[in-house]
Amino acid sequence: MSDDPITSAASPRSDRPVSVGGGSLDVRTSSSDMAGATATPRLAAPARPPVYALVGNPNCGKSTLFNALTGLKQKVGNYPGVTVERKVGTAYSQHGQPIQIIDLPGAYSLAARSPDEAVTRDVLLGRRADTPQPDRIICIVDATNLERNLYLVHQVLDLGKPVVVVLNMMDLLAQAGLQIRLARLQHALGIPVIPCEAVNGKGLIELKLALSRQDLPLARHAWDVPAPIAPAIAELQASLHQNDGRPPLVARAEALLLLTDLDAVRVAGSSPLSVRTTEILQNWKKRWEGEGIDWAGALVNSRYEVIGRLCAEAVQQAGATGPSASDRIDAVVTHPVWGWLVLGVTMAALFLSIFTLAQYPMDWIDGRVTALAEWLRGAMPAGDLRALLTDGVISGAGRVVEFLPQILILYFFIGLLEDTGYMARAAFIMDRVMSRVGLNGKSFIPLLSSYACAIPGIMATRTIEDRKDRLITILVAPLMSCSARLPVYLLMIAALFPAGSVPVLTKVGLMMGMYALGTAAAFGFAWLFKRTLLKGETPVMIMELPPYRWPSLRSLALRMLERAGLFLRRAGTIILGVSIVLWFLTAYPKASAGMPPEQQIAHSFAGKVGRALEPVLRPLGFDWRIGIAIVSSFVAREVFVSATGVVFGVQTDSGGNLLPLRDALQRAVWPDGRALFTPLVCLNLMIYFVLAMQCLSTTAVVRRETNSWGWTLFQQVYLSATAWLVAFAVYQTGRALGF
Amino acid sequence: MAAPVKLSELPVGSRAVVREFPKAGAAFLRLREMGLLAGTPFTLVRAAPLGDPLEIQVRGYHLTLRKSEAAEIVVEPAAP
Repeated sequence: MSDDPITSAASPRSDRPVSVGGGSLDVRTSSSDMAGATATPRLAAPARPPVYALVGNPNCGKSTLFNALTGLKQKVGNYPGVTVERKVGTAYSQHGQPIQIIDLPGAYSLAARSPDEAVTRDVLLGRRADTPQPDRIICIVDATNLERNLYLVHQVLDLGKPVVVVLNMMDLLAQAGLQIRLARLQHALGIPVIPCEAVNGKGLIELKLALSRQDLPLARHAWDVPAPIAPAIAELQASLHQNDGRPPLVARAEALLLLTDLDAVRVAGSSPLSVRTTEILQNWKKRWEGEGIDWAGALVNSRYEVIGRLCAEAVQQAGATGPSASDRIDAVVTHPVWGWLVLGVTMAALFLSIFTLAQYPMDWIDGRVTALAEWLRGAMPAGDLRALLTDGVISGAGRVVEFLPQILILYFFIGLLEDTGYMARAAFIMDRVMSRVGLNGKSFIPLLSSYACAIPGIMATRTIEDRKDRLITILVAPLMSCSARLPVYLLMIAALFPAGSVPVLTKVGLMMGMYALGTAAAFGFAWLFKRTLLKGETPVMIMELPPYRWPSLRSLALRMLERAGLFLRRAGTIILGVSIVLWFLTAYPKASAGMPPEQQIAHSFAGKVGRALEPVLRPLGFDWRIGIAIVSSFVAREVFVSATGVVFGVQTDSGGNLLPLRDALQRAVWPDGRALFTPLVCLNLMIYFVLAMQCLSTTAVVRRETNSWGWTLFQQVYLSATAWLVAFAVYQTGRALGF
Repeated sequence: MAAPVKLSELPVGSRAVVREFPKAGAAFLRLREMGLLAGTPFTLVRAAPLGDPLEIQVRGYHLTLRKSEAAEIVVEPAAP
């Protein structure tokens, strides 16, 4: 058997009716269609509205189209077991009929290289139990970059499902000096091709009309599998059909994919292949390796040959154009000198806006929360229930909400960097630096974001394809000094230097030192993990640099709200829960009535924990009262300040005035009369807070993102242990030197 | 016809055609899927500020790859 043309139209009959969520879509074809390979079969009217999958390359405007089609009618969640966002939305046809659309993650190829691509592949192949195989597929392509975009379309057409192609970014075609002969493209593919400008909403009506068609044609999709691998495809297809229960056409598509898929990316929730199929695949690969046949390469080549012919016919270069706007921007942005300047200014703007802009809403929220608690204190009789509500529930919820402005701003910036295309440039510039510790440029933005807050940073690691690299980035992200450490640093610096005793520059220098220590530790541990626990190949840096684009504010806002909602649900519930538990620990058992608050806390469970911890903390120069503050601040680092206030009997106001607390700290002594907060101890506390993992929200997000309690626990332990050891070394060395 | 060289040795700004491609390795398969095949013309646009990675223009879009991969791809420089 030499050539093996694949024609979707050849065997539509054998496609089993696809059952989706209890309903069933009948794929009926008249038997006369069976004979002619060139006949275009038509699908009979489905019993219920069909489910569409939306697929496309990254950067082709897929999310924009999805948002434009479905508006706010979206359900965002996660695919169970993996951290890939699962989005389902409902669009309405011109006649008001609902059309369900699953927005699959962006993919360059169905031969997956990242969890995102693996989910796209598995949903399309019907491998996932949590998502029914879609009935029809919308393929969105970037009209200015047709060749590479059609590669994915070509793979999708193998599935033998009705496909609608959306040619997006038609408005940018002229700028790129290109023309597309739509009629020819449509004729050659044999399926609807809808020109569209998702950003402006142009072409949406035509698209919706096409989507609500009941008789979508199947593609005229015939191509020759290279001769040496055709028998293998046949054998794999048969096995996938028999042993893995795939419908014949899907089996064929999957057989083709298995040859380019190294199957390095297995995703939880997707059913693995049967033993028999795996065996056949291994045997063929072994045989080809022996014969020196480059099977994967041959497959890719033959696909691009088909695409090349298609594009030669359909795409016209309208004449030479000069360097594009993107080229001109890149000449500056990736310039050896100006590039750094632009990067520096961008990052400075990011941090400035987080620290300044976020302050107003944070203060406002703080005010509301305090007012609410005050009101409750007035409205309810004193007692445990009131204390639970004001000190447990309200302060816990307030803490969650107070995080929000910073997180929203950070998400907005990350979204802006992504959507304009600058994110890819930052990764391009920083790749060399990150490669020193065995990571790639894509880890840069997540780590950088972590200076503001590790949560969005960790959530931004989703763009890193390699699982191990992503895990390393998550593991070290909390070492970047986040904004929650600032209050601790400020308090300790205040306690360290009585007013006016040292120039401001010394304080600034000390602060910078803490940031530098965290950064150095993050890189050091990344280097260490890459060489030990998570040994892997040096990651590659194969990345598209998309053209610069104006971001769509609507899309940005939608995504920002979506992510904030996820944060609230994931971290919020845990923080609230633990805040209540911690309140309980500090409030019980009750000290006898009339005692000052610091007596109560000493008497409480938290006080007992603090005392129990003292033997461990004493070598670091900390007493049990600092122990209580450290234990309390496991919820969130900034709690350290308010907890210290309670323990040392000072009411801290929300205005951030640290002076009364500083004075109280300077008066604090050990039982033998020695000063507690010596300069060495203050410094040591700062170092401890640089390194220790004291943030439940982050822990909650890490658990979600790694999908593993093991790694979450490992992170907690390695960071706490490092913090303790370093603080121990610093204190003992300091003492030995006479400080 | 110019003598074949490694992609990593091309001067910035030059055009070339891919000649040989390593068969093995996920990286090279992905480069192929991204449209960089034997016979494909491309332009080496620039190197990153620190010299690595490289940026090429292929099939009308921009793609980055590290020098370590580029060193294994044999290309034929086009006449200037």
